Amino acid sequence: MVSEQSKQAIYFTLFKSATVLSVAILLFVLLFIFCEGAGVVDIKFLTSMWSHREITQGGILPAIMGTFFLAIGVSVVSIPLGICTAIYLNEYAKENLLTRTIKLAIRNLAGVPSIVYGIFGLAFFALFLKLGGSLIAASLTLGCMTLPWIITASEESLKAVPNSFREGSYALGATKWQTIKTNVLPHSFSGIMTGAILGLSRAMGETAPIIMVGATFFIAHLPNSPFDKFMAMPYHLYILATQHSSPYAREYAMGTALVLVALIFMLNLGVFALRYNLRKKKAW
Amino acid sequence: MFNYKNTKEKLIELFFSTTGILTLLILIGIFVFLFVTGIHTFAKITPTDFFLGEQWNPDAYGTPKWGILSLIIGTLMIAFGSLVMSIPLGLAGAVYLSEIAGSRTRELLKPAIEMIAGIPSVVLGLIGILFLSPLIANVFGLSHGLNAFTSSVIVGVMVLPTIISISEDVLTSLPNEFREASLALGATKWQMIRMTLLPAALSGIVAAVMLGLGRAIGETMVVLMVAGNSIAMPTSFFSPVRPMTANIAIEIKEVVTGSLHYDALFAIGLVLFVMTFIVNFISDIIVEKHVRKYRW
Repeated sequence: MVSEQSKQAIYFTLFKSATVLSVAILLFVLLFIFCEGAGVVDIKFLTSMWSHREITQGGILPAIMGTFFLAIGVSVVSIPLGICTAIYLNEYAKENLLTRTIKLAIRNLAGVPSIVYGIFGLAFFALFLKLGGSLIAASLTLGCMTLPWIITASEESLKAVPNSFREGSYALGATKWQTIKTNVLPHSFSGIMTGAILGLSRAMGETAPIIMVGATFFIAHLPNSPFDKFMAMPYHLYILATQHSSPYAREYAMGTALVLVALIFMLNLGVFALRYNLRKKKAW
Repeated sequence: MFNYKNTKEKLIELFFSTTGILTLLILIGIFVFLFVTGIHTFAKITPTDFFLGEQWNPDAYGTPKWGILSLIIGTLMIAFGSLVMSIPLGLAGAVYLSEIAGSRTRELLKPAIEMIAGIPSVVLGLIGILFLSPLIANVFGLSHGLNAFTSSVIVGVMVLPTIISISEDVLTSLPNEFREASLALGATKWQMIRMTLLPAALSGIVAAVMLGLGRAIGETMVVLMVAGNSIAMPTSFFSPVRPMTANIAIEIKEVVTGSLHYDALFAIGLVLFVMTFIVNFISDIIVEKHVRKYRW
């Protein structure tokens, strides 16, 4: 009979291999993108306009700028509104059934598929409000999608501030806003920001919703108003990978993927570093 | 008497409650708008034809077909396939990180695994097209590798960080008394994990899986690029399928606004909304219960 000790050894080795495999998947994906894409990424690729006829002659500057503008638009729409809502729900709203239901609903909205936000954006922002396919329609659509993520993340950091911090402030005669401003926000601010950055980095990689609200494969100029159509990296690489006839299309799709993933990972790494330092500092 | 301080406080509270209510209105508005647009469909197509009809062919001349059963089955096949792959792998990873690995290893590996969630789905779809589908076509001797199986593997990878991360949180949150009591009775570490920790964490793990299921149902880009897009009723895991999300993405740009086809796509969106909402809701309730049970 197999002893308990050797059973344990077998299972633990299995568990370890599963973890190693998960990490190996990540490394493989990153390595694959790098090996396949690095060949086309150079200064010209990053800084010149897209050449529609001969794709090897141009770069993805307009797609990079489009994703960048979109990220700014989404932050403007969802970050202030999301943080204020979280402050309202966590600090001002009475803790009753209604508030709990609202919080629950918002957490669940965070899991609604992005394509559902996409068709909503198409019907409401693009068609009903007549914004058409434009940078502003896409920002509003992705803004609605990121709103629940940002509220949930902000709420969590606000909840993590111990109540004794608030009580101490009240005991010294501070008003509610003074308490929030001086004793709650300073301790939750970095947590709120990391949540917001993570949400934003996820929004930057979203493709399905922007297909419907204004992303386009090719325009000859950078968007010069919020009502212009725009190019964006995820949509660009999707079309290159699935619908483009050039023999170089897939290589260029990989190059675009490399730039996009590099950008998103830099944001993510920053967040993880920040969180790590935060956890070390917080002692309560 | 005019109290400046009080007025300021009132104004600030008013500001925050206004933004809070505004956000709520937006979020409720999204649901109402989808509901109103999608529900039109059922005035012209009976729910039975819609949910149980096996053929989806809105452009057919004369008698268009509006059945989404094959689309629902496509969605469920990929969701099921991805969970079959990610549950064992995810659980093993969570147990390793929470109970076996040292704290330094955990600090390093957990963020690394969570980073998988940061890879945009369109990039994973691209890798599916360029790497995985040719590989699977070769291994199984298929003419091409764009099918439910290939997309299940990739969606499984996407779901993995959700399952590992939440299950690990749940295991770590169990009180240490559980571990100590079990070890004091002479259990080996594996017996302790199997007989004490896993049963206690079961509800939380179920919640993690449900959350993963929600993500798998809603995934669009991977299935759009890798699942094969065939609207025929799938016959095996190696059939090309078209899940609901992919169907919306393919057809929405070509339909006439306000037509029955347009409304029907919104009805599919509504189905997705309701499905993911219910799955997430159940997961949320389970977590809440779990947290209340083990908070001392």
